[in-house]
Amino acid sequence: MIRFENTTKIYARGARPALDSVSLEIPRGQFCFLVGASGSGKSTMLSIVLREEHATAGRVFVLGEDLSQMPARRIPRFRRNIGSIFQDFRLLERKTVFENVAFAMQVIGRPRHAILRTVPDVLDLVGLAGKEKRTPHELSGGEQQRVAIARAVVNRPQILLADEPTGNLDPRTSEGIMAVLERVNQTGATVVMATHDVGLVDQAQNRVVELVEGRVVRDEASGYYGGEA
Amino acid sequence: MRFRFVLTEILSGFRRNASMIGAVILVTFVSLGAVGAALLLQMQVDRVKGEWYDKVEVSIFLCPVDPVDEGNCAGGAVTDDQRQALLDRLQSGELAQYVDWTEIQSAQELFDDFQERYGGTFMAEQISVDTFGPVVHVKLTDPDKFQVVTDAVGTMPGVLHAQDQSELFVKLFDLVAKVRLAALGVAAVLALAAVLLITTTIRLSALSRQRETGIMRLVGASNLFIQLPFMLEGAVAALLGSVLAVGALWGISQFWLDDWVLENFGLVMGAVNPWDAIAVAPWLIGGAVVLAGLSSVLTLRRFTKV
Repeated sequence: MIRFENTTKIYARGARPALDSVSLEIPRGQFCFLVGASGSGKSTMLSIVLREEHATAGRVFVLGEDLSQMPARRIPRFRRNIGSIFQDFRLLERKTVFENVAFAMQVIGRPRHAILRTVPDVLDLVGLAGKEKRTPHELSGGEQQRVAIARAVVNRPQILLADEPTGNLDPRTSEGIMAVLERVNQTGATVVMATHDVGLVDQAQNRVVELVEGRVVRDEASGYYGGEA
Repeated sequence: MRFRFVLTEILSGFRRNASMIGAVILVTFVSLGAVGAALLLQMQVDRVKGEWYDKVEVSIFLCPVDPVDEGNCAGGAVTDDQRQALLDRLQSGELAQYVDWTEIQSAQELFDDFQERYGGTFMAEQISVDTFGPVVHVKLTDPDKFQVVTDAVGTMPGVLHAQDQSELFVKLFDLVAKVRLAALGVAAVLALAAVLLITTTIRLSALSRQRETGIMRLVGASNLFIQLPFMLEGAVAALLGSVLAVGALWGISQFWLDDWVLENFGLVMGAVNPWDAIAVAPWLIGGAVVLAGLSSVLTLRRFTKV
């Protein structure tokens, strides 16, 4: 589903590589944590999967496509298969919960009846049923992130990329978000989550890939944040 | 769905950038209004030229018995021989090809005309038939060639003065051409201002909607769909400006120009009518589209990153 082959990413000429010949494969339906200090290359990996960034060397395959060969005009359609969430939620403040989620369908031209049918289901999935008419500032941080997750999955992507989604949330709320992500994963989506949240990683017992200065230093099928105790 | 979405995006852009949009509308309005005025002026000139040139003739004033200003007439009143020499000259040789027909008005006829028009005034009482000389009216085949005729006969003995009416027109048309040039200059400067304004508006609008466009890119909206609201925002504002320009030109030609010319010059000169304003409308609207398109291309090239 996602495969890095000796992938290197250098942002500025002469700088230390953000990714240093990384090879990694994440199969369909897996829930994979990316851990490591800030600047270790987690976000860069996610950006490359989303085709926001180009690999400097090596190849990256996502959903069977060689990203280095993909022409720019195909990128939008490619991205419809990938959902993204971030630490800062990135909601539209003037729109309601419903409108925020519907926005992701509107802008790719989904018909109105599909939107009216799908959005409530997705809001139900993330535990926001009944809050459709609230605006983001009327919601707690955890609820805002749920809206973001709903927006990311409303077009039924095959991959969900989460870049420190609980970075701004307290531990209990984070657990709730984690539960939602696991629910999304159970619907069949591959989830790749970059995180610093030790508790979540240790509790989930999912695959853990650790990066240090752009290199994969650890890859465990069922690991802990800091390695096996 | 998509159409409605784009429409609401444009409207919200208008609300957010109301003052900029207002500036774009006004600048395109004035700019295209100046272009339209220049076009109408040109139409007016072409039309009047055709009409007036039909009536252009050279008038050759012959020496009277008692000239007010002696000038070329030191030898006294024109003689029959001199008059015949003049007519012969006009109808022979190289001049013949420019002369359509000639007509002689006698001094007595001119005097009667004058008395009829100004009779009873002080001037009419002072003036006698001897002040007038006969006039030879020459109708030209090609009005542009008046100079050849006046040069050839202007200094012949017995000729007081050869006057061509088109001299007046040439001056008038010259003036009109200058006015038109000025209008086009103003239009060009304002068009540049309009492009800069639209560019800035698009950029501001894009900046204030960075989060939206970011999300649109993330979820896979096409580039065209992301950029369309911005492009249309500029285009709609420019179009509104052009519609205002057409409306203003129409209003001026309908309610102001005709009456004004009639009042001040006492003539109906086949002046530009409201339909002419409608006729130039496609050019102005096309101009607006070009302005907006140019601005969009200039701006959006910079953020076509996917």
